[in-house]
Amino acid sequence: MKNLPLLFCGIFFALAFSFSGLILSSNIQLGSLTQTTETVTPSEADPTVMVMAEGEPLYPRMPSGFAQQGKDVYISMGCVYCHSQQTRRADFGADIDRGWGRRQTVARDYITQGRVLLGTMRTGPDLVNVGGRALNAEWHHLHLYNPQITSKGSTMPPFAFLYETKEIQGTPSVDALNFPPNAEFGPEPGYEVLPTRRAKALVEYLLSLKINYSLPEALIPE
Amino acid sequence: MSNSPSESPYSANNDAVRAELSEIDASIRSASVFFVISAISWLMIGTVFALLAAFKSHEPDFANASEFLTFGRVRSAHLNAMALGWGNNVIFAVGLWIMARLCRAPIRHKGMLLIAGIFWNIGLTVGIFGILRGDITSVEWLEIPQYATPLLAISYALIGVWGVMAFRFRKGDHVYVSQWYILAGLFWFPWLYVVAQIMIIWFPARGVVQAVTNWWFAHNVLGLWLTPMALGTAYYLIPKVLGRPIYSYYLSVLGFWTLAIFYNWAGVHHLIGGPIPVWLISAGIVASVMMVIPVIVVGINHHMSVVGLHKEVWRSPTLRFIVFGAISYTLVSLIGSAMALRTVNQITHFTHFTIGHAHHGVYAFFTMIMFGGVYYMMPRLLKREWPSAGLIRIHFWGCAIGITIMVVALQIGGWIQGMEMNNAEIPFLDVVQHTIPWLKARSVSGVFLTVGHVAFAVNFFWMLFAAGAVRAKQGPTLLDDVKEGGVA
Repeated sequence: MKNLPLLFCGIFFALAFSFSGLILSSNIQLGSLTQTTETVTPSEADPTVMVMAEGEPLYPRMPSGFAQQGKDVYISMGCVYCHSQQTRRADFGADIDRGWGRRQTVARDYITQGRVLLGTMRTGPDLVNVGGRALNAEWHHLHLYNPQITSKGSTMPPFAFLYETKEIQGTPSVDALNFPPNAEFGPEPGYEVLPTRRAKALVEYLLSLKINYSLPEALIPE
Repeated sequence: MSNSPSESPYSANNDAVRAELSEIDASIRSASVFFVISAISWLMIGTVFALLAAFKSHEPDFANASEFLTFGRVRSAHLNAMALGWGNNVIFAVGLWIMARLCRAPIRHKGMLLIAGIFWNIGLTVGIFGILRGDITSVEWLEIPQYATPLLAISYALIGVWGVMAFRFRKGDHVYVSQWYILAGLFWFPWLYVVAQIMIIWFPARGVVQAVTNWWFAHNVLGLWLTPMALGTAYYLIPKVLGRPIYSYYLSVLGFWTLAIFYNWAGVHHLIGGPIPVWLISAGIVASVMMVIPVIVVGINHHMSVVGLHKEVWRSPTLRFIVFGAISYTLVSLIGSAMALRTVNQITHFTHFTIGHAHHGVYAFFTMIMFGGVYYMMPRLLKREWPSAGLIRIHFWGCAIGITIMVVALQIGGWIQGMEMNNAEIPFLDVVQHTIPWLKARSVSGVFLTVGHVAFAVNFFWMLFAAGAVRAKQGPTLLDDVKEGGVA
């Protein structure tokens, strides 16, 4: 091959082609998605235009500031390498059958997130709707402190370094973890385990992960 | 076919040509040796992180006192040390050296190249330390924190431009297939890296556009950076060592352009079933299946170039590694195309199958070929031979056995994991438990790989520092008992 301009053009356009086709066009298609109400109806003036209902809440919601801080902890611990955040449709995999979500997640569900953590690995379960499951803050704290307490046989590493063990001064703290009786995991008598601010933020974030609303393009089945 | 223009550009039997090559080698020696030392150092560091991560995946309580060594950070430190530390440094060493030789032009201003290389490694050290202390971005293949990436990008630009400049000032107008691959890789990588950094980290695109960009980038690091460099190396060294030309020029052209056109669309298959438009995913699947064309073409071309010379291949350390890598390329790519099909992906997605596949590509293909490249390059740069054939054998068998165990274990284990995960009757914790024996097998494979890497490092530093003892040796180091002159 001696025609160098052709070689250069080929090398350039090969990548320019997929850059336009995948990156620019997905940005054109999805880059201007906005929040919406759960349902939309045809406008009276022009039936080809869909309008949102007045006064209805907009989805997806904006996350709270404290949950955002928790997301930073989630990112700094690399949780995404074992936990995805996406639900696939009902007949593709068992995401919905396993109770990981009530409906398929769609592009609009992610528009209020700064960094999108879809994930590609499920060493642990999917978390996109973990806040919608019957797991409270206490369960999450025990699970993060040592996963064996709540999920015997799990391969998740303990995040005990997000907790402090302190001598009980007077009355026990309201924040202290409630270990199950006879558990081998609890602190010495006279001591208590307290979540640090980072642990509280992380749990706040996990509880905020909820897909409990419909979108016009993705209704929660009755 | 032997009169085709893809003939290895010059035969090393000619004294004038040997003198010219020797001059080129001398011009790039200090930079290339620096890059190989860096690459092997990162390989060892990456191996330590790999062992830690592998062990932690079935012993979750191991080494968890501090958050520095939590699984998510250690596996990311491993990935970046291997991809940007081992992978990029060895490419800078072997790829630029091949480029300089094929352009028949001694490189200029080698001091600048060396300085850029030093800054690349400083940036990477800062980045890996940043990952461990918690500044990890949690974006796959882009974990290095924001404060280290500009330094990496600038150093890369200064290094990559050397390859382009060598090409610009080349002598003669013949351009060999390895030069297309290396030139294209040098041009594609910064484009991918800068776009991914801007659209995901610096000025994040909205929502899942980030994920599309992420997988366009991450899959192309393999497809448009590691793959062209490894193929360019194989295309250069197979004819060099065997002393006969590549089988077909036309297959080389076809293989190069189909790779260039199809590979860069394929990455979206990592998002099959995900919350992105289906047409994007379909485009990714089509491209992934079309990859069968370049893979078969390159496979035929390489196979026909070595056919009948299997004894020589087995004797030559260089070719033993390169042929292992080339066979792996065919296998891993065909498996990859199959994994992109929706019915298969439904099972393999989100499982250890993908981890096995990634190591099949980056290790069994790319890394094995680059080992071969280092075995060929170092004696020519240092003008001395590898001290120990035994250590080369240990290196080869440690790596060959290790990576085979790893790929087989993770793919069987991952397939079972996927089948069970898709059956909601099976409790999730049972699925987790059933992966543990396979993860333990992976830890065993890690021990084999570590033995191989240590043998490689010992042999390399022995060659580098114990110069007097090694220089006197007669003829190249080959892997059989009868020492004959010729190939290495």
